[in-house]
Amino acid sequence: MTEIFGVPIAALFGQLVLGLVNGCFYAMLSLGLAIIFGMLNIINFAHGALYMMGAVFTWFLLSTWNISWWWALLLAPLAVAIFGMVVERVFLKRLYKVDPLYGLLLTFGLALVIEGLFRYKYGVSGLPYGIPEIFQGALNLGFMFLPKYRAIVVGATLLVCFTTWFVIERTQLGAYLRAGTENPPLVQAFGINVPAMITLTYAIGVGLAGLAGVLAAPTLQVSPLMGSNLIIVVFAVVVIGGMGSILGSILTGLGLGLIEGLTKVFYSQASNTVVFMIMALVLLVRPAGLFGRER
Amino acid sequence: MKGKVIVALAGLVLLLVATGAWAQATSGKISGGVVKIGVLDDMSGLYSDIGGKGEVVAAEMAVAEFGGKVLGAPIQVVSADHQNKPDVGANKAREWFDGDVDAIVGTVNSGVAIAVSKVANEKHRLFIDSGAGSTKLTNEECNPYTIHYEYDTYATGTTTAKAIVAQGGKSWFFLTADYAFGKSLQQDTSNFVQSAGGKVLGSVLHPLSASDFSSFLLQAQSSGAQIIGLANAGGDTINSVKAASEFGITPKQKLAALLIFITDVHSLGLKAAQGLYAAEGFYWDQNDDTRKWSKAFAAKMGGKMPTMVQAGVYSSTLQYLKAIQAAGTDDADAVMKKLKEMTLNDATVKGGKIRADGRMVHEFYLYQVKSPSESKGEWDLYKLISTIPGDQAFQPLSLSRCPLIKK
Amino acid sequence: MTGARTRYLGYGLLLVLGLLAPRFVYPVFLMNALCFALFACAFNLLLGYTGLLSFGHAAFFGTAAYITGYTAKVMGLSTGLAILAGTAAALLLGVIVGGLSIRRQGIYFAMITLALSQLIFFFYLQAPFTGGEDGLQAIPRGKLLWVINLENDRTLYYVVFAIFLFGFLLIHRTIHSPFGQVMKAIRENEPRAISLGYDVNKYKMMAFVLSAALAGLAGATNAIVFTFVTLTDVDWHTSGDVVLMTLLGGMGSIFGPVVGAFSIVTLESKLSDKVGSLVTVIIGAIFVVCVLLFRRGIVGEIQGLYRRVVGSQP
Repeated sequence: MTEIFGVPIAALFGQLVLGLVNGCFYAMLSLGLAIIFGMLNIINFAHGALYMMGAVFTWFLLSTWNISWWWALLLAPLAVAIFGMVVERVFLKRLYKVDPLYGLLLTFGLALVIEGLFRYKYGVSGLPYGIPEIFQGALNLGFMFLPKYRAIVVGATLLVCFTTWFVIERTQLGAYLRAGTENPPLVQAFGINVPAMITLTYAIGVGLAGLAGVLAAPTLQVSPLMGSNLIIVVFAVVVIGGMGSILGSILTGLGLGLIEGLTKVFYSQASNTVVFMIMALVLLVRPAGLFGRER
Repeated sequence: MKGKVIVALAGLVLLLVATGAWAQATSGKISGGVVKIGVLDDMSGLYSDIGGKGEVVAAEMAVAEFGGKVLGAPIQVVSADHQNKPDVGANKAREWFDGDVDAIVGTVNSGVAIAVSKVANEKHRLFIDSGAGSTKLTNEECNPYTIHYEYDTYATGTTTAKAIVAQGGKSWFFLTADYAFGKSLQQDTSNFVQSAGGKVLGSVLHPLSASDFSSFLLQAQSSGAQIIGLANAGGDTINSVKAASEFGITPKQKLAALLIFITDVHSLGLKAAQGLYAAEGFYWDQNDDTRKWSKAFAAKMGGKMPTMVQAGVYSSTLQYLKAIQAAGTDDADAVMKKLKEMTLNDATVKGGKIRADGRMVHEFYLYQVKSPSESKGEWDLYKLISTIPGDQAFQPLSLSRCPLIKK
Repeated sequence: MTGARTRYLGYGLLLVLGLLAPRFVYPVFLMNALCFALFACAFNLLLGYTGLLSFGHAAFFGTAAYITGYTAKVMGLSTGLAILAGTAAALLLGVIVGGLSIRRQGIYFAMITLALSQLIFFFYLQAPFTGGEDGLQAIPRGKLLWVINLENDRTLYYVVFAIFLFGFLLIHRTIHSPFGQVMKAIRENEPRAISLGYDVNKYKMMAFVLSAALAGLAGATNAIVFTFVTLTDVDWHTSGDVVLMTLLGGMGSIFGPVVGAFSIVTLESKLSDKVGSLVTVIIGAIFVVCVLLFRRGIVGEIQGLYRRVVGSQP
């Protein structure tokens, strides 16, 4: 039996793997967004642009200084996180006392500026970035070909996501972060440096975006537009998962990636829209999102 | 108080309107004292390497070669970026033609080109397209003010397909860019494949400038076709080829780049692109004239050799100026009449003719990308396989669906 | 001079300017600006007056544009009817989108409208009647009322100006009506409005649908002006543009969005020739600066400046 529902098994699993890989990026990006929103009440529209920065920085490291992908895994998220800290200190800090919609508008403006500048410098056609030698090629699993690099992406994402979830929900640092954003004056009274925690939270959130960018560089097109192609789907993922729920965004991201992959196999016309249609459905049935808490 | 604010606002509106007036300073009058040529193309996006700023350089080279003046009037080259958006392109064309631009050249994106040709028809000004591929420009959308220069999807698609089918590539699957150009390329090529006894097993449409070709290529892979026809161009072709090798598609199935430019091959590198067929209307290393012109071009473009689109812009601009000279006026109808009478000869074209349907017909060439060991220089990328005379390369008039052709 | 007299003088001046403008400025540019001004005013009905930030308003603008284009070009409907059809389509869409999103507030509402408009975008990308990336081209401008030939740019300008005035006055009436007062109450303090017995969701819904319909009117008219509809008209960047126009011009007044629209349209057309893709950077920078420093927008700042210089006035 080489076909399921009229689709060759290799193609089906191939698309599922691709979908899962996409889901990994959705998960990591929506995790970052959920952290930032859940704790800072800011919708970080610039998330896609920061993800793009991570990818372009990775390319830059290789092409200018011949620094390998392994180092980029460390350096790029760090660079993006530092950039994020600057953004938070200079811009976002002034908006905490105002309507959160202004935060959305500010990050929207920042996204335009970042993308516009990168677009101006690097054009749109994409910067070449190859897969690291070790991971090139595919494993023949019999029922499908599994490209090695994509398997690594899935593994790395799951590791990072669940580590982050663990740190935030189960460790003391995470407890401080959560408390500090829920009731800043009280936590500050205990002697904890709340503004620093807030900056750290934002940095972690965008650092995740940068890491996603490094992982994406070898497979997807490194282009200044890669963020804006992705960001709205990620927003939909966050809405479906429940804004502010960390576990929710991880699971929803992965799940939606798989669903998208399946849709591509059986009814590829709908693959762009299936995430939004699910979102509309969830809004009708469970407005707070699948895992969300009403805020 | 509110009233005074309104008066202040009125002042502000006046200021804005005045600024707008400055922004649209070319409105209203048609100036006969200058011949203005507008280069309209994608300056920053997917197709910017194929045409882009190189087109402006090419047009300026033509103007300089002509002497900078025609019939005593100075020649000016202006340019704008259509960002691959038909509305932006059409609006720019409209604004230019409402002003004093006499002719528009360039325009790689077929969707934009079709839109611009309609505006040219409406405003009775010339549009000489060297960049777009869609054969619609000389069939359903043909009009008396549009010339389709350099190449089209029929020429590149069928020339490439002919070579591949002759080698036994009979079953095809198409990966097509989802707009006018891709569909035209797929249509023209499939028509040929089927008429040559081959089969089209299926096709999939991808969005222009897609970021990830893997899922489309998976579909191509599962179709089992011998040949995967890439009915796309520029960055899309480059990414398709790269993704195909990542997924291990290439040894088993062969790729046919139905439209590929020298800049694409340069970007891909010989290792990835070797063996691909490239049907082109121009290559810098064809003869002494092309080499001389191309080296002059490369000197202005940081070492980049010209593509056939850029060569086309040079040639069409030069021939346009020659036609104005011969016609004694820059009136569009008179110049068009002259252009269709002339035999076109310059550094990049020999013996070209423009037909009644606006199609410029000239020799076409089938190249194959060299392997890394065969290449002796950064831009030494092609080896010539065959030369096709113009009347065989392009769609014969007998098959034309252009309303201007009386049958 | 009393306040009212200066006000009427101001309105009169603007009217005269509007009537004379096409003599000096490229009419197509003006018409584009007017359509976006109407679009921004309609958008501001939601943002400035009801406190709802819809990030997907381009869906209404673009839907009306596509429907108008399609009915005029393919179905041969006369121009006036085509515009009405487009507006009606936008109204209907407003009911659907509003129904799905109105129960949520603040940021949630913005995200939902954004995502829904993206869904609509992808629908139009696939739908054959829109022409996808190529767009819907060569829409006939036709004649209005069987006599007025709209092919002439100047004639069309006056028609567009009239449509703009109609929309603008409608918004003006709405704001200064009891309905408008309730909207403002909802913006100021929604829980209090609820406690006063108002069915807040119903009012928000009505404001949303009205805003969608007027945005649609703007889009429908724009389609006739350019004889062209493309995916840009439903793209989220266009939604972002109209947010910026309102923010830049000033959310607190009825003229703000008009000023913002004219500014942005002028900026984009003047700059795109000179700096190409840097236009987005500049737009983004304006966003950032406005949010940080000029939250009241141009008109708001002028009003504030005036008050400070002259002191409170009746």
